[in-house]
Amino acid sequence: MAYSNKVLDHYTNPRNVGTLDKSSADVGTGLVGAPECGDVMRLQIKVNPETHVIEDAKFKTFGCGSAIASSSLATEWIQGKTVEDALKISNTDIVKELSLPPVKIHCSVLAEDAIRAAIGDWKKKHPQAEAAAMPAAETPTTA
Amino acid sequence: MSGNGHNGSDGNLPAGVKLPIYLDNHATTPMDPRVLEAMLPYFTDRFGNAASRNHQFGWEAEAAVETAREQIAKLIGATPKEIIFTSGATESDNLAIKGAAEMYKQKGNHIITAVTEHKAVLDTCKRLEKYGSKVTYMPVKPDGLVDLDQLNDAITDKTVLVTIMAANNEIGVLQPVEEIGKLCRQRGVLFHSDAVQALGKVPLDVNKMNLDLVSLTAHKLYGPKGCGALYVRRKNPRVQISAIIDGGGHERGMRSGTLNVPGIVGFGKACQIAQEEMPEESRRLARLRDRLRDKLAAQLDETFINGSMEHRLPGNLNMSFLYVEGESLLMGINDVAVSSGSACTSATLEPSYVLKSLGLGDDVAHSSIRFGIGRFNTEAEIDYVAGRLVEVVSKLRELSPLYEMVKEGIDLKKIQWQAEAH
Repeated sequence: MAYSNKVLDHYTNPRNVGTLDKSSADVGTGLVGAPECGDVMRLQIKVNPETHVIEDAKFKTFGCGSAIASSSLATEWIQGKTVEDALKISNTDIVKELSLPPVKIHCSVLAEDAIRAAIGDWKKKHPQAEAAAMPAAETPTTA
Repeated sequence: MSGNGHNGSDGNLPAGVKLPIYLDNHATTPMDPRVLEAMLPYFTDRFGNAASRNHQFGWEAEAAVETAREQIAKLIGATPKEIIFTSGATESDNLAIKGAAEMYKQKGNHIITAVTEHKAVLDTCKRLEKYGSKVTYMPVKPDGLVDLDQLNDAITDKTVLVTIMAANNEIGVLQPVEEIGKLCRQRGVLFHSDAVQALGKVPLDVNKMNLDLVSLTAHKLYGPKGCGALYVRRKNPRVQISAIIDGGGHERGMRSGTLNVPGIVGFGKACQIAQEEMPEESRRLARLRDRLRDKLAAQLDETFINGSMEHRLPGNLNMSFLYVEGESLLMGINDVAVSSGSACTSATLEPSYVLKSLGLGDDVAHSSIRFGIGRFNTEAEIDYVAGRLVEVVSKLRELSPLYEMVKEGIDLKKIQWQAEAH
């Protein structure tokens, strides 16, 4: 199968590979997928407790080139956004940006899940932020 | 991911290495130049139809076909009259299984095969099940071999055919064909074997192995695609099969249709070359394969060899690189042609059923790479590939959350994975 140049770029030069301290109060960790499925993404965010801005994001992925690219792109996009804005990212945005073929769409869905899981984990540590947030966290809507 | 990028050579290639490198010889093989040379006249001046009985063009073609029959028969210890030409091993498998089921249906309707067979055998069996046959799909042991006692127990008085491949295309494992043949002969059932991957790589003898039907093809043996054969035993016992293609009665009524003369000539030549070169070649390939395996095992941890190393094709290595997914690995070594058992590399998004039947978890299948070393591969290529693979696996492990967790001592089996329904 032919990969888009953007997928190849993310694969060859992945952005923000690494690990944040998941025990830190400012860090949210999302771990999605399963080894049996061939796709596991771990996405971590460091969020400013006052502004709710995602100051740092790191990822590690076990999966195909499209999965690696989707999660790498996700870390690029969410950095500098508030947690609420990051929730507006949908998998279709990722599909478009990376020109993913139909058979690889599920990789982008997993990346979107990873963002939500990381934010969800951070919100568990910051219940007051959860109360102040829009209910959109429960029913994600696309921008 | 690597300096070599996607244009291949960056000028730093070792001597004797040209990119891309082909290490997928179980999928198909490059044609041996000697085979091509033998075939060419049959496209140009000797273009006759081998069934044209009345002129020189036909006689010439027929003579060439008969020579090929002899060359192929010799490689498996058969006689020329026992070789039927087909369009390939898929057709041969269909013909053998459907043809035997039809011919012997008065005796019974039970067929035995194994879960690791090629789809050409499995799908044919599934179709026969739709028509009322009963099929037993035997499991295999973790090393990939069939259990002879289980096979013995599975045979009933309604069993007409056992079909077990001589060598597996994914894991290269060699089944105990001689023992299976002996058992089938004792129990009075026919024995068919898909010997596509075994032909010319390991010795085959239809009499020593009590084989009744054998599927063969040219393109795994440095011959042309589109040309296969089926061995059909004529003596002790005489085996008969119903044709699945009608029209003219060629090949003793078993397979109608004009013969692919150039293809057949090529097939014969490929077999003749294998006859002469097999002993030395299989030793050389095993050396290269072991060299690759040893280099990888020495420089990478958490690797796993799929299938028995003891009963294996000399040129096959199927290895899992745990915590790294197969398609991402292939992307990284894009200047080397190999294949993977990962779901992402299959058209159906299913991981390799052969690896699954060894009892391995899907994650091991997803991390597997199949190397098929062949006649034209060199030591320099093997060394280069080993180096690239170590590079890419290491880089991908830096990206792998699973590898990190394992190194921290976490038991992945205890994690509650949040998988969405795919």
